[in-house]
Amino acid sequence: MPIEEGKEFRPKIVAFCCNWCSYAGADLAGSSRLSYPAEVKIIRVPCSCRVNPMFILRAFEKGADGVILCGCHPGDCHYSTGNYYTRRRMALLFSMLDYLGVEKGRTRVEWVSAAEGAKFSATMNEFVKEIASLGRNVRLGDLRCRN
Amino acid sequence: MIKTRKNQAERIQEISGVNPRKCMKCGKCSAACPAYEEMDIKPHQFVSYVLDDRVKELAASRSLWKCLSCFACVERCPRDVKPGILIDAVRQLVEREKGGDYLTADEIPGLLDPELPQQLLVSAFRRYRR
Amino acid sequence: MQRIGVFVCHCGSNIAATVDVKKVAELLRVEPGVVHSEDYPYMCSEAGQSKIAEAIREKNLTGIVVCSCSPRMHEATFRKTAERAGLNPYMVEIANIREQCSWIHKDKEEATKKAVILGRAAVAKVNLDTPLKPGESLVTKRALVIGGGIAGIQTALDIADAGYEVDLVEKTPSIGGRMAQLDKTFPTLDCSACILTPKMVDAAAHEKITLYTYSEVEKVSGFVGNFTVEIRKKARSVDMSKCTGCGLCQEKCPSRKAPSEFNRGLNTRSAIYTPFAQAIPNVPVIDREHCIKFKTGKCGVCAKVCQAGAIDYEQKDEIITRKYGAIVVATGFDMIRLDAYDEYDYSQSPDVITSLELERIMNAAGPTQGHLERLSDGKAPKEIVFVQCVGSRCADRRGKSYCSKICCMYTAKHAMLIRDKYPDVKVTVFYIDVRTPGKNFDEFYRRAVEEYGVNYIKGQVGKVIPRPDGKLMVQGSDLLDNRQVLIEADMVVLAAAIEPDPSVREIATMLTASIDTNNFLTEAHPKLRPVESPTAGIFLSGVCQGPKDIPETVSQAGAAAIKAVGLLAKDRLLTNPCTAAADELLCNGCSSCENVCPYGAIQYVEKVVNDHGIRESRRVAQVNGALCQGCGACTVACPSGAMDLQGFSNRQIIAEVDAVCR
Repeated sequence: MPIEEGKEFRPKIVAFCCNWCSYAGADLAGSSRLSYPAEVKIIRVPCSCRVNPMFILRAFEKGADGVILCGCHPGDCHYSTGNYYTRRRMALLFSMLDYLGVEKGRTRVEWVSAAEGAKFSATMNEFVKEIASLGRNVRLGDLRCRN
Repeated sequence: MIKTRKNQAERIQEISGVNPRKCMKCGKCSAACPAYEEMDIKPHQFVSYVLDDRVKELAASRSLWKCLSCFACVERCPRDVKPGILIDAVRQLVEREKGGDYLTADEIPGLLDPELPQQLLVSAFRRYRR
Repeated sequence: MQRIGVFVCHCGSNIAATVDVKKVAELLRVEPGVVHSEDYPYMCSEAGQSKIAEAIREKNLTGIVVCSCSPRMHEATFRKTAERAGLNPYMVEIANIREQCSWIHKDKEEATKKAVILGRAAVAKVNLDTPLKPGESLVTKRALVIGGGIAGIQTALDIADAGYEVDLVEKTPSIGGRMAQLDKTFPTLDCSACILTPKMVDAAAHEKITLYTYSEVEKVSGFVGNFTVEIRKKARSVDMSKCTGCGLCQEKCPSRKAPSEFNRGLNTRSAIYTPFAQAIPNVPVIDREHCIKFKTGKCGVCAKVCQAGAIDYEQKDEIITRKYGAIVVATGFDMIRLDAYDEYDYSQSPDVITSLELERIMNAAGPTQGHLERLSDGKAPKEIVFVQCVGSRCADRRGKSYCSKICCMYTAKHAMLIRDKYPDVKVTVFYIDVRTPGKNFDEFYRRAVEEYGVNYIKGQVGKVIPRPDGKLMVQGSDLLDNRQVLIEADMVVLAAAIEPDPSVREIATMLTASIDTNNFLTEAHPKLRPVESPTAGIFLSGVCQGPKDIPETVSQAGAAAIKAVGLLAKDRLLTNPCTAAADELLCNGCSSCENVCPYGAIQYVEKVVNDHGIRESRRVAQVNGALCQGCGACTVACPSGAMDLQGFSNRQIIAEVDAVCR
């Protein structure tokens, strides 16, 4: 997918996917050949509730331009209640990040089931587009790490 | 990318927002059509004509002006293809090519004839609303 | 320092076509800890696996990274390979460079770059991997089957025949399900009841099967091998141990206005009822909503006539709590509601019916004793129109996007049976496509056309207009003739789409089994594990997984049974070692983790700890590895960072984040 913002800017995007729904949804997007930009790198976690806010801060510190967190639909969590914790924790974290200058558009929680390969791909396409329009994230980047 | 001149079928898809590829050729549109007997190109054929880029034939067809715009086909279509909207779009294409002979809103009351059937008025507004 | 081996798979051309595998292997060779790196066309093959094993032994590897397909595909394979070569299986990480790289990207340079990054993340993770040892848990040797249709009955029989106890839970008063409602079955025209009832009797008589009819699953907890389930046995108001099934109560019951569920509401039944004559168990149920005794307090006729004294108005719902090793879901289907399909006049006209209603009309035990007649005036129809794909293959909100699979065949069956029994009746079928993949299916359909003279028209029906004289004007299109046809019909039969029984949603939530947008349960793998849910210990039988006909349902039921038996045959299961663990020196005893744990796996204990030479008794968290399922909720809740998840530790995930962002 071409990114309109000029050729130089390729955003770095970290996607945390829960093992049971979203990671399987990403696999389904793959086996259905539903493409999304290569900027998206997926990290597998057992459940979306495994994602510590620290990981998201770390990603921004290390130069990520957007972080997306995917889990099972509410009510369908493999561990019954994990995604409810995610929803609450991330609501807090994202508004705090917004306060710090990391725009709300850079962070997102999305529910993707194992059967929703198309949704996964569409979500990633759209997210990358949004990050591209927001440009590089500079607010939390660790200046010592800039290369 | 340099914009190539779009063919007419593409323009119709753009005007109507209809994707004729969604059609599964069940024929329910033609089954629901009250003006079926009057048409030379039947509602279900309209969809495949657009797919085949045979818009010229559509523009010259009798069906184009026989369609009541009752939208029974739009309502009944199980695949959300909306043949009625396609017909509307071809009409627009024809009208646009003719050039600006649109009515303005304040001209309409003077042209009204109390004998005109309600359906015709409604369909006329549908045809020209865009 | 780890000694890591990297193995890059070509997967034939699946990966190699878009990812420069040699370059990936070469670039990963210089990553910290990597001492060996190679590529091979098929890593999962015997030869590929022995390459891995060889490298582990020769280079003394302490961890490996396989860049290949999804870990959901071959993680287990490569873990076994590692184990055979003497490496701890949890020192294996997979970089998913097929599903999440080569298959979705076209540009080779870009895909190669991404593959390298994914590989680096996996290497970073292995660097921090520690050998893990799975624990063990006992298996409860009992299975639960939810749903008592043909799928559930067959699964229960197969599991019971293998020697294991099975409980079969059915929400209606009798087992039998949809198949009991059918008259004949395609393509052999077997009488449905004749082949089903013996199975029902077998299930009831089997010493290993316990039936819970008029019961529903209320709560499920636990995990594979150790589920605890609460079953609500609804009050039948009839003592099952006393009732002889004589049927006198049903005969004498003065309340007869309740619509018969079994006959799809085409006629009524008494308030005390068994759904059908061959019901199992043959014990009636009092429908409290329609019973005069329950509504007004006066009546009690059934109690008076019952010689066995089985009527018990005071009976209460009973909750049964049981442990199970495996659970099979067989909740089946229903037809969609046709309220939104005004054009067919279904809700207005009694002579417009669904196929399942026709099935009841054709059935000798049905509301018309098997006579084909119009429900409006009881007259014999002379012309019948069948409409296919009503609500199936629909892109709009009214219907379902999928093909219901069974309609083409049962319509051919209905048309054939009608033409056979009433040769003067004209039968027309409007179809979009006739889909008959199956043994002897197409031959059957052709027989309906060629031998029985059924008139098939390619096209759809646009509307059905009832006429004052009772006729139904059917306006349809004939696409092959390119004309609009108008048929004066006496009866219209709609092949309504089938959908999973609505109760499955709630059951799936209880079981944490995943479900798709159409409410069909998702299988663990669409090709290789079609009868298992991704949730371990949950198996799928019948239409709850996807539309299917009876032979397919029966074979899937058998497959689900053998999978369940395979689980029950084990005495112990290895548990996932990727569980949480608390660092007692960091734990501050706040109970945050205990509160978020969905499994009750965390307990607080008083313990003497040695904190840098200071020995003191502290309240610290302790994780029960057998109960912990490894979700990680506690690790995030922990304010002091004492709780961590093995196999997905904080440091590991951060290392992955760093590698991805580098």
